[in-house]
Amino acid sequence: MFEILEIGRIGPGVDRAVIQAPEIARAHNPGQFIILRCHEDGERIPLTVADADAEKGTITLVWQEVGVTTYYFGSMQAGDCLQDLCGPLGTPTHIENFGTVVGIGGGIGVAPLYPITKGMKAAGNHVISIVGARTKELLNMTEEMGNVSHELLIATDDGSYGIHGFVTQVLQDLIDKGTKIDLCVAIGPVPMMKAVCNVTREADLPTVVSLNPIMVDGTGMCGACRVEVGGKTMFGCVDGPEFDGLKVDFDLLTKRLAMYKGPELVALNKFKETSRGCQCQIPEATA
Amino acid sequence: MSEQEKPKKPKKPRIPRQKMPEQDALERAGNFSEVALGYSDDIAKVEAERCLQCKKPYCMKGCPVEVEIPSFVEAVKAGDFMEAARIIKTTNSLPRIAGRVCPQESQCELTCVLFKKGKGEACAIGRLERFVADYAATHGEGKPVDLPKPTGLKVAVVGSGPAGLTLAGQLITKGVAVTVFEALHELGGVLVYGIPEFRLPKAIVRAEVDELAKLGVQFKTNWVIGRIETVDDLLEKRKYDAVFIGTGAGAPTFLRIPGENLNGVYSANEFLTRNNLMKAYLFPQADTPIARGRKVVVFGGGNVAMDSARTALRLGAEEVTIVYRRSMEELPARAEEVHHAEEEGVIFKLLASPLEIMGNEAGWAVGVKCRQMKLGEPDDSGRRRPVPVEGETFEVECDTAIVAIGNAANPLVPSTTKALEINKWGNIVADLETGKTSKDRVWAGGDIVTGAATVILAMGAGRKSGLSMIDTFGLG
Repeated sequence: MFEILEIGRIGPGVDRAVIQAPEIARAHNPGQFIILRCHEDGERIPLTVADADAEKGTITLVWQEVGVTTYYFGSMQAGDCLQDLCGPLGTPTHIENFGTVVGIGGGIGVAPLYPITKGMKAAGNHVISIVGARTKELLNMTEEMGNVSHELLIATDDGSYGIHGFVTQVLQDLIDKGTKIDLCVAIGPVPMMKAVCNVTREADLPTVVSLNPIMVDGTGMCGACRVEVGGKTMFGCVDGPEFDGLKVDFDLLTKRLAMYKGPELVALNKFKETSRGCQCQIPEATA
Repeated sequence: MSEQEKPKKPKKPRIPRQKMPEQDALERAGNFSEVALGYSDDIAKVEAERCLQCKKPYCMKGCPVEVEIPSFVEAVKAGDFMEAARIIKTTNSLPRIAGRVCPQESQCELTCVLFKKGKGEACAIGRLERFVADYAATHGEGKPVDLPKPTGLKVAVVGSGPAGLTLAGQLITKGVAVTVFEALHELGGVLVYGIPEFRLPKAIVRAEVDELAKLGVQFKTNWVIGRIETVDDLLEKRKYDAVFIGTGAGAPTFLRIPGENLNGVYSANEFLTRNNLMKAYLFPQADTPIARGRKVVVFGGGNVAMDSARTALRLGAEEVTIVYRRSMEELPARAEEVHHAEEEGVIFKLLASPLEIMGNEAGWAVGVKCRQMKLGEPDDSGRRRPVPVEGETFEVECDTAIVAIGNAANPLVPSTTKALEINKWGNIVADLETGKTSKDRVWAGGDIVTGAATVILAMGAGRKSGLSMIDTFGLG
């Protein structure tokens, strides 16, 4: 059941795993996510699917170690099985031939952006991808992104790789150059998506963002994932995860994401005291 | 009482209705163990003595799953508890659950002649059912049911709540292959995510599910119909002969007042799911956190509101207040639940309607502004409609607020199933006697059809759909 076929580090605190999940792989569409539980007492956490291979019956997940569950997942080995894996969930990305689509991925957000970019390219769009991270080591999936984009622009905040600057500046440059853009898709940390939307709002560009609110069931049953879009309360899990970025209340999302900050730290510290959580045996990052 | 009846004297000395042994109120408010402890053999026999063994058992008419009440009570009286269990299980496949969460006072016990004649309190049918079912479970469940030869028919059940489990139990004993699809990782639906441990221990739900699995029912968890595949896929691609939709009323209703998206504001569904399904009360032994509020406000007056309030108390809240817009008389929760909540220290702020949840800069709830209400003329439901008292508002301090004002149909299955008639509230339109929907080979029952109701009504609906399928397949 849900065997981990491959698992490994792809950057500092960033892991990637390939999971045996034939039915999910077959049913998955870009933009959708899964919910997993690592063990019997584990949380349910949502992760957007980074890739799905219907033929091999596998899905690929990429995550950053931030809390007890992502750390635990990172400590699992090939051959281990996830306790639960549920998906695909969420409304798939609306993919059609829009013309020119700019995909903007920040940090770990590149993972969920990848299947969308792939789908957009397959639908006949001219795809420009802007991939950014704080520093070179935190860039991930750039090669894969290059394969599914007509143009790939890479930026780092500290200038250690590619263009020196934020993804928003790269986007602004494209706009200033007069590039015809029909749709932007931005996925990344909340401040990045907010900043991108500030740019695209000015330029009057339709922008889709993929939100990552806290979830429990992922089927519209609990409402933990409430987000406000255009003043309306919506559920991230069923109405989303993708929304009209120009209408999203990002400040509310930021506050709601911090709801369990205290308990999350308690749980993480407790995990780190266990033998599984002891980080001293885990090899250094090999980015 | 008629004049003629007056001279007749009761043949037996009047035995009082036997009390349910319970955990002490103050003690139990600090733990999640079951409140009601159950009858002993002796108490059960005494209570069974009280049954009049009516020729026309009105109690049975009050039972949504038509349990043969007088017969099973007679067996209890004779001390043959296994026989009593066998009788119950003929029509009720989940008696340990029903015995705990059925609103007997408005069903079988309401129509009990002992009560109806104004002679006193009804026979404690629910408590006896619970006793018998628990007894059977701890004494080996009796002989396994003889299963008929497989008929070759196969039925898919969407949702493992009380409706689906009941139907599964019925069909499997008729030689129909049954697969139950559940969205969550645990089986039981509302029985595991909604109803707290202190009212219905999860081990009991698991045991009832295990019984069904032993009979051959297949279960598939983490399987969201409407996403991974549709009802149409089940019928066309997977060749199921029929599908039963019992997905419940899973979508939480919010108040639509300012401040509702502040941190610390939960739907009852989320609050209870975190606690019951995810075991947040064990945090950090279990990984899922929950806000352990100091001052908690719960909006609503139903059983779910009582469950939320009592859960908040057990999580360590100093003060838990139920805010309900009508008066005690209209409170829809079971009297027993209200009584238990009061005993444990829940405060009832009645005739109050929330206007706004106030928050601090960090985005956390700090209080609720309410409007004072009074009762006006009766509305369509026959209950007196609450109307605001102009200009009278007040505030209640809180750090956690739980919205327990009801649940609507989750649109996931109805909206992804072709040619399935849905009403304006999003509920599936189905015949209440047979469970048949507008779509060929598709039945539906429980909250997804009726809107949020009770476990036993869902079981009743599952049973009726099961009987209808048996009839349709010619397996009667």
